[in-house]
Amino acid sequence: MMQALIGHIRGIGRRTVDRVSRMGVAARFFLLVLLHSGPSFRRFHLIIREIFTAGVLSLIIILVSGLFVGMVLGLQGYETLQTYGAEESLGVLVSLSLVRELGPVVAALLFASRAGSAITAEIGLMKATEQIAAMEMMAVDPIARVVAPRFWGAVISMPLLAALFSAMGVLGGYLVGVVLIGVDAGAFWSQMQAAVDFKEDILNGVIKSVVFGIAVTIIALFEGYDAPPTAEGVSRATTRTVVTSSLAILGLDFVLTAFMFRGV
Amino acid sequence: MQRATLDLWVGLFVVAGIVAVLFLALKVGNLGSYDNGETYTVKASFDNIGGLKPRAPVKSAGVVVGRVAEIGFDPENYEAFVTLSLAARYSFPRDSSAAIMTSGLLGEQYISLEAGGDEKMLANGDALKITQGAVVLENLIGQFLYNKNESQTEQAAP
Repeated sequence: MMQALIGHIRGIGRRTVDRVSRMGVAARFFLLVLLHSGPSFRRFHLIIREIFTAGVLSLIIILVSGLFVGMVLGLQGYETLQTYGAEESLGVLVSLSLVRELGPVVAALLFASRAGSAITAEIGLMKATEQIAAMEMMAVDPIARVVAPRFWGAVISMPLLAALFSAMGVLGGYLVGVVLIGVDAGAFWSQMQAAVDFKEDILNGVIKSVVFGIAVTIIALFEGYDAPPTAEGVSRATTRTVVTSSLAILGLDFVLTAFMFRGV
Repeated sequence: MQRATLDLWVGLFVVAGIVAVLFLALKVGNLGSYDNGETYTVKASFDNIGGLKPRAPVKSAGVVVGRVAEIGFDPENYEAFVTLSLAARYSFPRDSSAAIMTSGLLGEQYISLEAGGDEKMLANGDALKITQGAVVLENLIGQFLYNKNESQTEQAAP
């Protein structure tokens, strides 16, 4: 009995130490990527290729989800606001919830599952097939050649995707609210413009999406680089990327929101 | 994929992203209506500012002529002081008065600037002398009930 209890506690301790040391390794990996970013900026076409795979190929899912999230917000918002006779504020509701929260967060969640998992699988497989070791043999730094371009490509793509998501969402809200239901278009836009501040709302949303982009990408890269070189290892690493980065996005979102919008 | 098509797609993506940010800034946000021109500041004290917030509009005859720059509490007079930043192209007489109004019954609060008749104009840093604070709905209801009670007792007495 006593022995089993001690065993459990020992297990908790081991897992905690594992987690913390993994975080430390990940942080060192992050620093390493930043330090080795120079060469990839000199060969910018590497980054452009990664912007294509991470950003352009994620466009469809981001645009469609943005449109539908906006349309649902329009419908649901109208239902609630209408009971208070405040359906003209629909624009405010749709735009503020998108620009402040849903745009950066949902775009980052989609980005983590669309682009983050792909990055992990790609790098994990490169490692499993010993391409990374081969690069080292040829005195090519794999961090500078493989990891850093992917990092910058994804970090550049993320804010653009989040902005596109928010813009599509506002258009979706407009489609449902104004075109379909018939809220006054003038009130929709003018109340929105009166309520949404460029610095307070839009810029903070962009900052959020940059932070989420960095978090998702570094988690994806680290999981891929750290994956055991087996089929199972790569598959587990891909799953872990999606789970960890989703949790990181939500946690970071709370922290950032608490800092940015503390009821001024 | 060809390098040229890759560049084209990435270029399109970046342009679309920037257009989205501009759309958010100009059409959704208030960057388009920001007056980046010269401004001058005027101070005003109120006995009660109600729910006035920084960046609330300052309107004269219903037209936005400036914004509330700062709100603070004056510990000597126990009054709220509000700094207004007004667009330099609008000048107001020295004896203009400021009142805190509400747009609609439950809408946001703004400062209404009523032009006076003085020949001298307000300069940067001047203070508005005549001000009227926000109407607090609770006080109004309280007064109304009090008056009603009083009139009822007067009717009952004789």
